[in-house]
Amino acid sequence: MSRSSDQQLAAFAAMESGLLQATWYGTQGVWFPWGKLRSFSYAVFQRLLPWLVPLLLVSVWQISSVHGWISVRVLPAPLSVLDAAWVLAESGELWKHVQISAGRALLGLAVGGGLGLALGLLTGSIRWAETLLDSTIQMVRNIPALALIPLVILWFGIDETAKLFLISVAVFFPIYINTFHGIRNVDAGLIEMGRTYGLSQWGLYRHIILPGALSSILVGLRFSLGLMWVILIVAETISAQAGIGYLTMNAREFLQTDVVLVGILLYAVLGKLADVFAKGLERYWLRWHPGYQ
Amino acid sequence: MTHNTFTTASTPAGGVRLHIQNLGKAYGQRQVLHNTDLTIEPGEFLAIVGRSGCGKSTLLRLVAGLESATQGKLQVDGHDVTGLRDDTRIMFQEARLLPWQRVADNVALGLPEAQRDNAAHVLAQVGLGDRLNEWPAKLSGGQRQRVALARALVHNPRLLLLDEPLGALDALTRIEMHALIEQLWHDNGFTALLVTHDVQEAVALADRIILIEDGSVSFDERVDLPRPRSRGDARFAALEKRILDRVLQHADETQCPAHDEAWLGLPAHGLRWAI
Repeated sequence: MSRSSDQQLAAFAAMESGLLQATWYGTQGVWFPWGKLRSFSYAVFQRLLPWLVPLLLVSVWQISSVHGWISVRVLPAPLSVLDAAWVLAESGELWKHVQISAGRALLGLAVGGGLGLALGLLTGSIRWAETLLDSTIQMVRNIPALALIPLVILWFGIDETAKLFLISVAVFFPIYINTFHGIRNVDAGLIEMGRTYGLSQWGLYRHIILPGALSSILVGLRFSLGLMWVILIVAETISAQAGIGYLTMNAREFLQTDVVLVGILLYAVLGKLADVFAKGLERYWLRWHPGYQ
Repeated sequence: MTHNTFTTASTPAGGVRLHIQNLGKAYGQRQVLHNTDLTIEPGEFLAIVGRSGCGKSTLLRLVAGLESATQGKLQVDGHDVTGLRDDTRIMFQEARLLPWQRVADNVALGLPEAQRDNAAHVLAQVGLGDRLNEWPAKLSGGQRQRVALARALVHNPRLLLLDEPLGALDALTRIEMHALIEQLWHDNGFTALLVTHDVQEAVALADRIILIEDGSVSFDERVDLPRPRSRGDARFAALEKRILDRVLQHADETQCPAHDEAWLGLPAHGLRWAI
């Protein structure tokens, strides 16, 4: 990513220097820190560039809505979406739904992810546990979590437990598999070294095996976070009395497309936040790794 | 070279005496080491030379207690070796530093809490006193091996096993490391066992050089050159040439397979060495 932005910068610099050369003669004799201004404008340009396309799209959208080229029933104007978000936020309704949705997602992640981590550590570290459990887990893994919905409704009804169960099942597998492989891929030379340097079993685990598997476990976590929101959305649209899914389904009944869009955008924001959090964990825990510096 | 007497926190306990009698090791059908007899005196620096896959690393792993022999006797200070021992430390060909721990923590690995300060002291001895908080990924190959050396020495080992630790380094760094290892060996008085395929390295460091061929000791010679040894010296060069000739001489007749493990379970008949 940094390489491509370097290339952009280089291309821009070439373009800009041509421009500046043209204007340079006109300002000859007058002192002005052109160099500083130039590097500052590059920096600003670099920052703004990724936002250019979204900004353009939103502007086209707004103009089209204002002129009536797009029906408000199909797609409300960006400003009215903002307005709807503002109204919901002011009444406190928005926060209530976000809180409930995020709570469900995180609880599901804690249960499913925690189990995945624990079982992954177990099967990764102990051979007989792998022989006993792994083939069963791999079999269950191939069932899409959403295929369980009819069964889950029969088992748990349509209340919170059903949603938690679905999220837990979905986030379990990425964390389990990546923990398992992370542990199996720890450098055997390091483990041998640890043994010759007098580390106990627990010492080996704490200093060598767990840190060695961590980058892989975090990849699993990021996969799980993505799945978590997908399953949450589906689970909440099935039936709910609160949460972002409920907010959007309810709005649909009343043809409030702007509120539906607020809900969709909320999912996007929450997903992005979760990803930023996971990236932050990676940057902190893997700070020894040249790839994360 | 300056032979300063650095004293590590606890006084060096001296080297161990190693006694090997009729030692043998087989992996399945393949006999890697057989009928090996060897006695190493306390504080002696022994170099084991030989071609790859001829059993020298296996001998080192047996002495370390990483593997157990299939026949014969292996004694340290009169006690049978049954497994890993606290007074023995190994330096491997790769530094094997934990990339997720800083240099000082790598050296302090497995050290009791009370002795953690020794890590900084030993790192200063190997010339890395100012890199305590560096990540291993930021160090050069030579610096990583220095850290590995410090990590081995911080435990005040009485037997240091060196498994081609300088094989991957460039020639200049290797000569620096020779001087460092020689000095630390001199100061701490441990028994040292160096496996190498570099005859010059063996002549530069060892009190005694043995050659392992076809799984047993075929040559045993004392090096009576004064220390520190100069590579330009005529006697040094003569000895190096003689040992090198001896190592190569045997190669015309048979060749050792390159990797022990790769040949496990392969029937030997019908194979022809492509040299």
